[in-house]
Order: sequence, then structure tokens, then C-alpha cells
Amino acid sequence: MLFDNASNAVNEIVETVTETAADASEMSIPDAAITAVFGYAVVFFGLVILMIVLYCLGAYFKKKGAKAAKDKTAPVITAEAAPAKELPLAPGSAGHVKLYDVPDKEAAMIMAIVADKMQKPLNELHFISIKEVK
Amino acid sequence: MDIIETLKILWNDSGFHSFFVNGGYKNLIMIIVSFGLLFMGIKWKFEPLLLVGIAFGCLLVNVSNFGPGSTDALYHPELWDNFLNSAHPDYHSYGAIMREGGLLDILYIGVKAGIYPSLIFLGVGAMTDFGPLIANPKSLLLGAAAQMGVFLAFFGAVCLGFTGNEAASIGIIGGADGPTAIFLTTRLAPHLLGPIAIAAYSYMALIPMIQPPLMKLLTTEKERKIKMEQARQVSKTEKIIFPIIVSVFVILLLPSTAPLVGCLMLGNLWRECGVTERLSDTVQNALMNIVTVFLGISVGSTTAAARFLTPETLKIVALGLIAFCFSTIGGLLVGKIMCKLSGGKINPLIGSAGVSAVPMAARVSQIEGQKANPSNFLLMHAMGPNVAGVIGSALAAGFLLAVFN
Repeated sequence: MLFDNASNAVNEIVETVTETAADASEMSIPDAAITAVFGYAVVFFGLVILMIVLYCLGAYFKKKGAKAAKDKTAPVITAEAAPAKELPLAPGSAGHVKLYDVPDKEAAMIMAIVADKMQKPLNELHFISIKEVK
Repeated sequence: MDIIETLKILWNDSGFHSFFVNGGYKNLIMIIVSFGLLFMGIKWKFEPLLLVGIAFGCLLVNVSNFGPGSTDALYHPELWDNFLNSAHPDYHSYGAIMREGGLLDILYIGVKAGIYPSLIFLGVGAMTDFGPLIANPKSLLLGAAAQMGVFLAFFGAVCLGFTGNEAASIGIIGGADGPTAIFLTTRLAPHLLGPIAIAAYSYMALIPMIQPPLMKLLTTEKERKIKMEQARQVSKTEKIIFPIIVSVFVILLLPSTAPLVGCLMLGNLWRECGVTERLSDTVQNALMNIVTVFLGISVGSTTAAARFLTPETLKIVALGLIAFCFSTIGGLLVGKIMCKLSGGKINPLIGSAGVSAVPMAARVSQIEGQKANPSNFLLMHAMGPNVAGVIGSALAAGFLLAVFN
């Protein structure tokens, strides 16, 4: 009932605007004002609805992404961290760096670039972990 | 052979002679205008890809068309008058245009049929990353607010004595979207296409000069300094679903937006789906360039002196500027409201990017934000309202088309 009433009201406004615009050459200033306000409202309405749809979509994907990340991170850390304990430390080393989805070669390259950019010797820097941002 | 008589015939046939008869001086004025536009495009780099073509089209039509008797003209406005006159035998006859028209008449068919603006939108879609908009859907409010100039200029145009159709075409200049302005004008007021297209592209190029004073006037130093938090990462799946949802939703809401929104979203889907890289590359580069060539020169051809040099053109140029200014103001005001409601987390400068000149308007927000606070990076935040403005102006055009067509 409420939906029908709202629908009828919108139809009436649309008909009024279309009728006032039908004879475009004789458009009066009040008719132009109504058309302008109604047009602006339609653009707002359309984009607000689209915004709501995008929020719903975003919320669903954020939830899904968070769940996937939770499932994924736990086993990766243990798998990478476990064998590291067994390796002996290099002379002068500050410890092992934890790598998450980053190959050794790329990690070495990243550390070298960081050292170069910071203009500090590599053995004075302590890298805790390197993680690929997806 | 009578040399003097031959020279007389050659003189009478030449365009130089035409300058002195039947208001031919107007062509001379338009030739000078075309030089001015060429200078703006080449020297000042004002939307050069389109403005150079438009300016040269303007030059070509005004050196070849001196009124209805000009058989060698490249563009014949009178043929298009017949095309639109339901009482004329050539009403809606593209055959007549092909048979009797010049080169620019034939190229203009693509504008008249709405093909070039839609194909430009295909390329724009393939070049646009909607990620910032998907990450922050509130941007759509700024894109909607920045259509204020469209409807204010429409109202102003009616007050100045334009018909509803003409006023709607003039108002859409405020959308700051060239293809949309051309698309709507060819449908509602084709006789105004020249001044409207030139005003739209000139003002788009002038955005770095038009917007900053309004931005400074409507925002405080404190507001301009606001640093915004980094938006969330958007997944590939979201980016693929977005164009499909927008197409379905917007076209169902306003079916008249189908050519523009449909092409925009198809181009974007090709970009994002990851399996049509060749198509995406083609529409972004080759197709976009080809269509730009045809669009520029054929829009320029509508600036025949007799039609262009009228008091209406000056009114259109003035109303276009008003439309641009009020669109910027609309975006900034809603930006300020959002800033207050969010407790100062949103920098209102991104509101001005709601006009859809992509990416120029977003760049202006970035520059002004950085002037206030050198560590401010607003570009990606401003890209959200900027691409929302493209959808907003297509919606505004769809509404005006539905009402007046």
C-alpha cells in the first residue's frame, strides 16, 4: 500500500515534469525551476542507491577477504618460521628475517635497495620481516 | 582566351571575394577565431587532442562555406536542416547527406548518430580505474552534488529565453564531460553543437584556473590541511562486478543513458576482467585516437560563421562558465558537509573533483591540498568523486534526454 502510494506520487511528478517539458519552446520559468530541482533530485537518488549497493558489495567482500586472510596467514608463518630456527646465524647477523610469500632472491634485493636508499651499511640494519602486499 | 575575364571569374569564385559579399566578413572573423583556438590548443595545451581538431574543422568550414550556394563546401548546415525538417523529403535521410554532402558532412554522421561520443566513453571506461570509487562509495555523493551547475545553468538558460531543449544542452556543459555534452546536444539542440562543444572543452581545459579560487573561497585553511586515511584495497572480483552492476542499475533507472553508461562500463569490464587485454588496449589507444580525430574535426565543422556568430553564442559561453562554477561549488559544499559529519576526516577539496573532467579536476584537488599541507596526498581520494562525476553527468544527461527528447 505504502509502496503503491509512493509509486503513484513519483509517477505524478514525472508526468508533470514531462508535460511541462513537452512543449519545450514555451517552457515557463516556474516549470524550468521544477524540472531543475526534480532533475537534481533524480541524479542524487540514482547515485545514493548506487552507493548503497556498493557499500553492501564492499561489506561482503571485506568480510570474505578478512576470513580468507585469517585462514591463510596462520599456517604460512609456522611453515616459514619453523625451519629458520634450525639455521645457524651468519657472523655479525642480527637474526633471521621472516619472509611471507617472498623468494630469497627478491628479499635480498629489497634489503639491498633499502640499505642503498638509507645510505647505511646492510649489517647495521635489522629486518624483522618482509611481506608481499597483495 | 580573355585573360581579364578569366581572372574575374577566378576572383568571383574565390573565397577572398566571398569575404566582401553576403556577410562573408563573418567567415573572416571565424577564421581568426579558429587561429585563436589553434593557438590555445598548441601553445597553451588546452585539451589539445580535441581542440586542435575542432579548431581546424572550424577553419576548414569557414574557408569553404559562404552560405547555401557554396557547392564546394566541406560541410552544409542546410542539408542538416533538411535532415531535421519533418516536412522535407530528405527528413532523416542519411542517403541525402551521403549523396550531396561534403567530407565533413559524412564524418558528422558519426556525431549525429551518437556513435563517436559512445565510442569515446568505451575508451574512457577502459582507461579508468574505478577502484577509488569502489573503496569509498561516499564519493558518489560528491559526484551527484557536482551536477548542481547543470541544473542551475539549465534554469538560467530558460530565464534568458532559450527553449527547454536548448537549455538542457547548455546546462550539460556543467557536467564537464565533453562526449556527454556532444551526445545530448546532437539529440536536443544540434544547431548549438558548435558553441556548446567549444565552451565545454575550453572550460575543461581551464579547470586549473576556474576551480582554485572557488576552492580557497569556500574552504578554510584548516579544512584544506586535512590528511585523509588510505582507502582500502579493492579486490579484482569487486572491480569486475562493478561495471556489470552499474550498467544494470543505471540503465534500468534511466534507459536513455544506455549508449553512454553501457559503453563506459563495457570498456571498464574489458580492462578489469583480465581476459580481454587486447580489446582493452585497442579501445584505450587505437580506437580512442581514431574516434578523437573524427569527433574533433566534425564538431569543429558545425561552427559555420552564419550559425556561430550570434548573440546566443555569447550567452552559451557565459552560461557554460556559470555551470562550471556552480558544479564546483556544489561539490565543495557537500564536501564540507561530509567533512563536518565525519569529524574532520574528509578533506572538502575532493568535492570539487566531482565535476567529471578526468583526471584534471582530481589533479587540481591534489595540488591545492598539497599547497596547504605539503605532506597531503589527495589524488586517489579525489579520483573517487571524479569518476563518480562521469556517472553523475551521464545520469543528468539521461534525465534531460528522457524529459526533452
